[in-house]
Amino acid sequence: MNLDLLSRQLIDRFQHGMPLCPEPYKEMARILGCRESQILACLQEMDQAGNLSRIGPVFEHSRAGASTLAALAVPAERLQQVAERVNQYPEVNHNYAREHFYNLWFVLTGPDRPHLDRVLKELERDTGLMPLDLPMVTAFRIDLGFALGETP
Amino acid sequence: MMPGLSAKQALALRRHLEGGLPRVSRPYQALAERINGNEHQVLVQMHRWQAQGLFRRVGLVLNHRALGFTANAMLVLDVPDALIDEVGQRLGRAPGINLCYQRPRRLPQWRYNLFCMIHGRQRDQVEAQVQALLQAQLLSDLPHQLLFSSHAFKQCGGRYAPSPTGASLHG
Repeated sequence: MNLDLLSRQLIDRFQHGMPLCPEPYKEMARILGCRESQILACLQEMDQAGNLSRIGPVFEHSRAGASTLAALAVPAERLQQVAERVNQYPEVNHNYAREHFYNLWFVLTGPDRPHLDRVLKELERDTGLMPLDLPMVTAFRIDLGFALGETP
Repeated sequence: MMPGLSAKQALALRRHLEGGLPRVSRPYQALAERINGNEHQVLVQMHRWQAQGLFRRVGLVLNHRALGFTANAMLVLDVPDALIDEVGQRLGRAPGINLCYQRPRRLPQWRYNLFCMIHGRQRDQVEAQVQALLQAQLLSDLPHQLLFSSHAFKQCGGRYAPSPTGASLHG
């Protein structure tokens, strides 16, 4: 990880919100006291380094459609293969191996709940494994941003 | 007065937004061109969606693993149903907790009903942080587990909008 001053300022200032206007990068540059071209170059660098996932809206699950957290207990020797199968679905965004009997955890999103039910059924049929289906009941904290803190 | 985007255009716009804003001077103009609309219509739609609460936030979305937050742990607790709101609100406010959700139990396979995400740089530091937090909140006696992620197979934004043909890959 190598973040220069500008990328840190961009993260700290615009992770939780950025201007919604015709020229948002120019407005960000004005706020940080630099040029738009520097903002765009910095974002491109962050993107190429893999630090930036994307720019834009994070959708509110409950309003944007349906979502659920699913988990599978996969025999260790099949984990890679099953994870790849799971990744093939555009409905899957985060997909992590975790150290537990339930060792594959992924988030499914789609336009509505029946759509997710179909994906879960298909996965079960495909893998022979029964997914845990854990849709959100209540959100007590949803903020996805985080502080960089004492980065080196 | 200029007409707004059609439902079809709005849906196409959402699909493009899920992939992220273009990094050009006028990103909404660029998106407008892709959906045969104009910049003003796109911005009006964006403000409308924001007012309706469709967006949690609009900003930079970071890849926390690439940023060195590799000790990504999910803390799960088995909280008595009568206490779930109170405990959830308390943990949701606690420092270091990024997400705090109630989810259903699936007995007998899964007993835990409260989920918290904690991102840190080092595993032992996250473990210590969680133990300290549970002690401070007098929650150490609740059955709980800490699930560290060992590998990210995929990490991207949610795809909610149906594909353009209306038919998804999976029927």
